[in-house]
Amino acid sequence: MQAYTKHSSIAAVMNRANVDTDQIIPKQFLKKVERTGFGAHLFHDWRFLEDGSDNPDFELNRPEFKGAKILIAGDNFGCGSSREHAPWSIADYGFNTIISTSYADIFFSNCFKNGMLPIRVDAPTLKALMDEVEASPGIEITIDLESQKITTPAGLSIDFEVDAFRKETLLQGLDDIAWTLTHEQKITDFETQNKKQLPWLWPSA
Amino acid sequence: MKKTMYEKIWDSHLVHEPQASTPILYVDRHLMHEVTSPQAFEGLRIANRSVRNPHSILATMDHCVPTKAADRINLPDPIGKKQIEVMASNCEDNAINLYDMKSPNNGVIHIVVPEHGFVHPGMVVCCGDSHTATHGAFGALAFGIGTSEVEHIMATQTIQQQKSKTMLVEVTGSLKPFVTAKDIVLAIIGKIGTAGGTGHVIEFAGQAIRELSMEGRMTVCNMAIEGGARAGLIAPDQKTIDFLRGKEFAPKGEYWDQAVDYWNSLASDEGAQFDTVVTLDAADIAPQVTWGTSPEQVLAVNQSLPTPSTMEDSIKALAAKSALDYMGLEAGTKMTDVPVDVVFVGSCTNGRIEDFRALAHVSKGKKVANGVQAIAVPGSYPVKQMAEQEGLDKILTDAGWEWREPGCSMCLAMNGDYLKPGQRCASTSNRNFEGRQGKGGRTHLVSPAMAGAAAIAGKFVDLRDWD
Repeated sequence: MQAYTKHSSIAAVMNRANVDTDQIIPKQFLKKVERTGFGAHLFHDWRFLEDGSDNPDFELNRPEFKGAKILIAGDNFGCGSSREHAPWSIADYGFNTIISTSYADIFFSNCFKNGMLPIRVDAPTLKALMDEVEASPGIEITIDLESQKITTPAGLSIDFEVDAFRKETLLQGLDDIAWTLTHEQKITDFETQNKKQLPWLWPSA
Repeated sequence: MKKTMYEKIWDSHLVHEPQASTPILYVDRHLMHEVTSPQAFEGLRIANRSVRNPHSILATMDHCVPTKAADRINLPDPIGKKQIEVMASNCEDNAINLYDMKSPNNGVIHIVVPEHGFVHPGMVVCCGDSHTATHGAFGALAFGIGTSEVEHIMATQTIQQQKSKTMLVEVTGSLKPFVTAKDIVLAIIGKIGTAGGTGHVIEFAGQAIRELSMEGRMTVCNMAIEGGARAGLIAPDQKTIDFLRGKEFAPKGEYWDQAVDYWNSLASDEGAQFDTVVTLDAADIAPQVTWGTSPEQVLAVNQSLPTPSTMEDSIKALAAKSALDYMGLEAGTKMTDVPVDVVFVGSCTNGRIEDFRALAHVSKGKKVANGVQAIAVPGSYPVKQMAEQEGLDKILTDAGWEWREPGCSMCLAMNGDYLKPGQRCASTSNRNFEGRQGKGGRTHLVSPAMAGAAAIAGKFVDLRDWD
């Protein structure tokens, strides 16, 4: 996984609440057996017209938002299914940061596992960020994960919370499985105890 | 200290609780289907890791499988076919028990697993599928995960997980006639909203929940995720024990009594504290119908569609307006004046035997309205077989229903069953998101009996005063 470093990037605004995983990546694209290439289908049904051309009314098709790495979106982003294809497609499209007031739990956790930083801010802060981008679309916003700070050209400076462990894994680009396996003895001990307490859960029983 | 059921299961599965990082929780059972697993197996292969406990996994094929018998022999969709083939070889290579399309046990994962008693009270159960919450009906902590976590569990038998908050949803009193488990859960979501349960595990309790069958409890827990919750839980009782007795993966012999004693210790302690408490009176719940593009946009069937311009909350008003536009509905229309084109009964929410009994009960001797397509998709081959033994398929086909092979089908429209743009569907599934049942399709979530009545009337009807 790529390490997450401080960056200044174009921020795109999607002023919609409850953006669900069926919109992020419609199910006709869930049949691939590889992890890559989902960005081409991100928000497919909103993003493209019937003839396959770009829908000019869709936010992310605005020329000012081309190359954006930061997505500023409405409440309860990523609700719906557990499909990791949703964060894969967002990351593959080029985003590495999402800013919203709230996220669905599974989506939130899936973001970190794919090197993306989902930031929670309060409603007035989200509005201020959206207003600033709408006033001058195409501006670059700075995300500093190390110091947990968002800064904008107009001078907003916003502190955000992030779980210490998730911050560390993002900053270092750490593999979750390798980290868990550093505690393998504890897993084995747990299983030994479990076989005694609930033997019917194990094949030999 | 008095503990909730969630806290008891959490504490008994904690492998490691590091000071500065995420706790590691043990996972007893891992459920799998073809859509969210291939990349996890790919990840294991790349890292040269193996599956730690193959016996903990049960796999099926459900999302992409066709529900027309002929299409199951020659799969019409080459990409879906590849996904199914990859699933089969991944399971074979890793000694994983798979109920493939040809197996007499095949069906939708959350229907199949309880049929075989694979999940017991007190377990931690994960699946790359948000409707894993279904198994909370057995008093198991069951939740959906992403594919990275599928890989993580295969490699380590654990998951990194933050502890959730707890919410108690108590449904007091008894349900009125024609009101079902589906109506309970839709009414709860209508009350708390789709983000109401975010960060929480919900325990459903109260007389109306106790009075539900195991099938009904599964329907309620299944949709906990639509209320934003990580999982739903219902304390095990005699119904749970009776359901599990004799099932293939249930404890046997001397272990049975030990297991039952353990299961009986799991209920939340009297006086245990929940972070949030919500109460509903079952007598107030009417048959429910969703009208918008989010499960929280739901009404009693005898109500009229909202008028966005009169709504106080401006964000809700905007969402309502955009939902009505998408759904092709006029503000203020009576729900019972809304016609349907397609009716779908099935899915992990309502694809169990009880659901088809309810459907057959309202359909007996009647005919599906002209121009309405009505599709019944049993959740598994055992459900299909049982329904056929009871003659339910005959009642339904006589009424004009299509009686299909099992699969997820039109719940998420990955298998060739889908709505055409603009078509309106009464559906027993779980999500009414834009395009969920096919691009431009319009979904109204209802119970099986309400779906059956809508098929016959060609529009939504209030079962309580329907002839």
